[in-house]
Amino acid sequence: MSTTYQIVVCAGIVPDPLQSLEPVTGPNGPGLKNEMVLPAVLDPWAASALYEAAHLAAKLPGSKLWLVSLGPKAKLQQVMMTIAQKVAFELVPIDGPIGGFTDAHATAAALADAIAALPGLDRTRLLLFGGWESASRGAGITLQLVGERLGITDQFQGVDQIDVREDGSFEVLERVEGGKHQVSTCAGAPAVLGWATGCLAEPRNNPQVGMANMRTLMPALQKAKPATLAANGLQYVDVHLPSQQRTTRVERDMTPEDIARELVAWIGAE
Amino acid sequence: MATSAISEPKLMLTLPGDAIRQIQWRFADRFDLQMLVQSARGVARGPVAQMVAAGERNSHEWTPAKNEMLLTFDRAGITAAFMEPEEGGFISGPKNLALSLAAFELSWVDGGAATASLAGFLALAPIHERGTAEQAQRYMSLSAPPQPGEDRKPWRGAFVLTEPIPYVGVDTGMLSGKVRIAEWKDGSEPMLQVDKRGRFITNIAFANFVTAAVNSDDERIKSSCVIILEDTDEGTFDHGTATKKLVHQLSSTGDPIFNLKVPASRIVGGYTVKDGVIVPNFTHAEVIEAVFRRTRVTVGLMTAAKLLSAVEPVIRYQRGRFRGAEGAKPGTVRYEQGIQQREDALHRLVDVWATGEAAASLGFAAARLFDELDPIEKQKTAILAERGVTGGRAELKALRDSEQRAIELLSLRADDPRHAELAADPLVQFVLKDAEANVLCPATKLWNTGHGANMMREAVSLMGGYGITEDCPGFLASKWMDAQLEATYEGPEAVQRRQLTVTMTSEVFLAQLRAWKREMRHIATTHPGTGACTLASAIEMWLWTLHYLQNATDASGGRLYHGQRQGVTFPMADALCWLLASRTQILDVLELEARGASDAVAAEGLEGTVQFLSDLCHTQAAQAAGEVSRICAELVFGYREHPGWDGIGCSTCFSADELEAFEETMPGISAMATDVVAIDGAHPDKAGPCAACTGANDFLRLQNRLCSCLSGSRLAKDRAAETVSKVMIPEALDYPA
Repeated sequence: MSTTYQIVVCAGIVPDPLQSLEPVTGPNGPGLKNEMVLPAVLDPWAASALYEAAHLAAKLPGSKLWLVSLGPKAKLQQVMMTIAQKVAFELVPIDGPIGGFTDAHATAAALADAIAALPGLDRTRLLLFGGWESASRGAGITLQLVGERLGITDQFQGVDQIDVREDGSFEVLERVEGGKHQVSTCAGAPAVLGWATGCLAEPRNNPQVGMANMRTLMPALQKAKPATLAANGLQYVDVHLPSQQRTTRVERDMTPEDIARELVAWIGAE
Repeated sequence: MATSAISEPKLMLTLPGDAIRQIQWRFADRFDLQMLVQSARGVARGPVAQMVAAGERNSHEWTPAKNEMLLTFDRAGITAAFMEPEEGGFISGPKNLALSLAAFELSWVDGGAATASLAGFLALAPIHERGTAEQAQRYMSLSAPPQPGEDRKPWRGAFVLTEPIPYVGVDTGMLSGKVRIAEWKDGSEPMLQVDKRGRFITNIAFANFVTAAVNSDDERIKSSCVIILEDTDEGTFDHGTATKKLVHQLSSTGDPIFNLKVPASRIVGGYTVKDGVIVPNFTHAEVIEAVFRRTRVTVGLMTAAKLLSAVEPVIRYQRGRFRGAEGAKPGTVRYEQGIQQREDALHRLVDVWATGEAAASLGFAAARLFDELDPIEKQKTAILAERGVTGGRAELKALRDSEQRAIELLSLRADDPRHAELAADPLVQFVLKDAEANVLCPATKLWNTGHGANMMREAVSLMGGYGITEDCPGFLASKWMDAQLEATYEGPEAVQRRQLTVTMTSEVFLAQLRAWKREMRHIATTHPGTGACTLASAIEMWLWTLHYLQNATDASGGRLYHGQRQGVTFPMADALCWLLASRTQILDVLELEARGASDAVAAEGLEGTVQFLSDLCHTQAAQAAGEVSRICAELVFGYREHPGWDGIGCSTCFSADELEAFEETMPGISAMATDVVAIDGAHPDKAGPCAACTGANDFLRLQNRLCSCLSGSRLAKDRAAETVSKVMIPEALDYPA
């Protein structure tokens, strides 16, 4: 297959979902308590996009893969110690604020500018990947906005699979209601693909891959351009976690079947 | 009226993360090590934790699931961490810190998993340290995990030293394993017959090769050696039966039997032939010394990981202890704080945490030291070889001058012109680091595992009955018991104490210790809250006591400090370990304070983190001082005869009538006199007149000072306890229980 792509994955970092995430309001608006010191991970949906991109690039020799990530570079560096071991890519870090409460337009502008400035970028071969959701407060529009700014109008969201054909066109599976997929065919790049979970397992860590990535990754982090994201008049009236309620009831004589039945009924009623 | 505001102490925001640890343990600029840590952590908290949770520890046998764990190690780069890049590894240079970090991460979840990874390294270590270039190339390459596209099974190795009782174990000199010449044809390589039975051999169930310690059973082979045996060699390579151990079940342990014919080129480090006799270039003792002095540090760090891993589950348990009860509604103290309302629960956790910090600091300091020592040791050997000096005793003799220069260096101020000259001398550098390593290695192994096991019991107790169930988050009960094995294998506590007895009295080390005392006093001037002054006073007491013991005799005139008098030497070794751990803990916090601000992640809330960790240092220093004071007092006074109510014992007593007479000239003296014997011989109800402190006044002065030095330590503990009650922890443990 002679098709080659230039794949750019937009991926942010988010606090490890196991951490205690407590919304607080600071001088710059809402955020998470102690967010800077909480361990971070690559946003899980975007991580799926990265693994799919690496898989695709490996299948199509000659393809190139960039990871564009906006976050505090010290935290990006910490996350890269894991991510860089999984797949080969070139990092384009943008040193900006962390958190899920930044304005999606400002974020998209910073990402689009960084992508547009990639040396050797051929937009006719560009596939823009990212997550269709986010483990932080996902605005749900950032990736679309980046695509719009780059003039890419073929956009797919909730993607689980891409199959590239001999002629350079590709078939995309997008999630729709009822656990089904919508099948679309796209004539070719450029296109935006917002990934759901994809269909690949998380690649295992391979320090050899990591060491190879580090040759370009550490200098890139040192040279990361700072970005300040304007609020653009965005204001949050209220921020809170979904409410949780614990209801304990002691039952001595219920059978497991009865317990299961009641649980199913309770979940269904929610 | 103007008042001065008391500033609120800063609290640590979250549990110390990677950014903090990388600075403390000095690998912030080593991305190869940071990646290894992440990789090992992923394995530990993923597949390994799932295996433990699924009950894989419940069998002694080597199972497919356990075998899969080794493949996971291979894929994650853990196996290759021991190797050079040209051998299939990815880390260049000394790897003591690298292996320590990997073992720390694995042991955070399961000690057996850590041991399984380390045992492979242990098998290769004799070859790495003393093997010939050909041996290193062959076995490192065979053991390296396959690269992508390679279809090859990596070899696994086992180190075979220990033998069925009564042979080699505690005393590595008593070998029953034998080697003799099977065939030696003119002009060809001798073939050797090796007979060896092993006991408690790790990795043996699946080993393709072993490095076995054997004694000569043939006058044509001199002394002993370590020899490499392969499972395809001619004869019997019996992996033996699995040991029914109650701990570390994710590692394979068994009692193998070998009866094999192998070429003499398998002798680790090679051999020479002199007058028709095969002379191994290294005896088994020389090989073992080179191996264990490094690998024991890693074992000590395994227990340190357990202690620190216990903190989060205990806090979560304590806080959530009463939730769900009728009286514990959200918003109430009972709901929010649970058992952490109680000072005792917090203080005990502070003790566990402080011990874990000190143990980790000591272990990582030792690992780093060996990384620094390795190249200097090679340089030393080359320099001495150039001078025509080779072999153990000749080297020791040649280094005596360097030892004196090293001692002189320690006494000089940094701005003294001679300081730079001596510090640049590689032999002086070697002597200093070697003396330190000779103490830090056994100290790490002894204190981290021995005291660590005790403190793991404390951690388990903080979980109540839950602590000793399989459901306990963090597998704390398993870790407690695992710690006991860590205190035993690779040289049990008695072996470490015996080694310390010798190494801690070297002139160079004692000069270093005196320099560290000055260092701690100096630190105390700028960081009084770390307990550095307390520690300096405790070091001073230890030094005084050692000097006293080396020169004093007991009530029967017997020398107090000598090799066979373990009642004296071993407690002094124990006491020293407390001091060393506390010192490294303080140094790590100072490093964090100095460098933390330049790291954006560590800088967030740095003041509170440094305050908390300093408070732990202070708490630990006070504990160390208490231990040292107790041990030293017992040794200084314990070997004196307590005076009795007989003639000699009573020589300093007042008689009642004598006292009555004195009272006329010195009114009130009766109130001062405690040991008074009545005319009829009646005396106060006690063992005898109070013992005099002849010759020990200085000790009492030091002890008095040390007591005062404890000022503030409990305030530090209170502050640390407050942080423990407020620090943010994750919603859930990041590995299954």
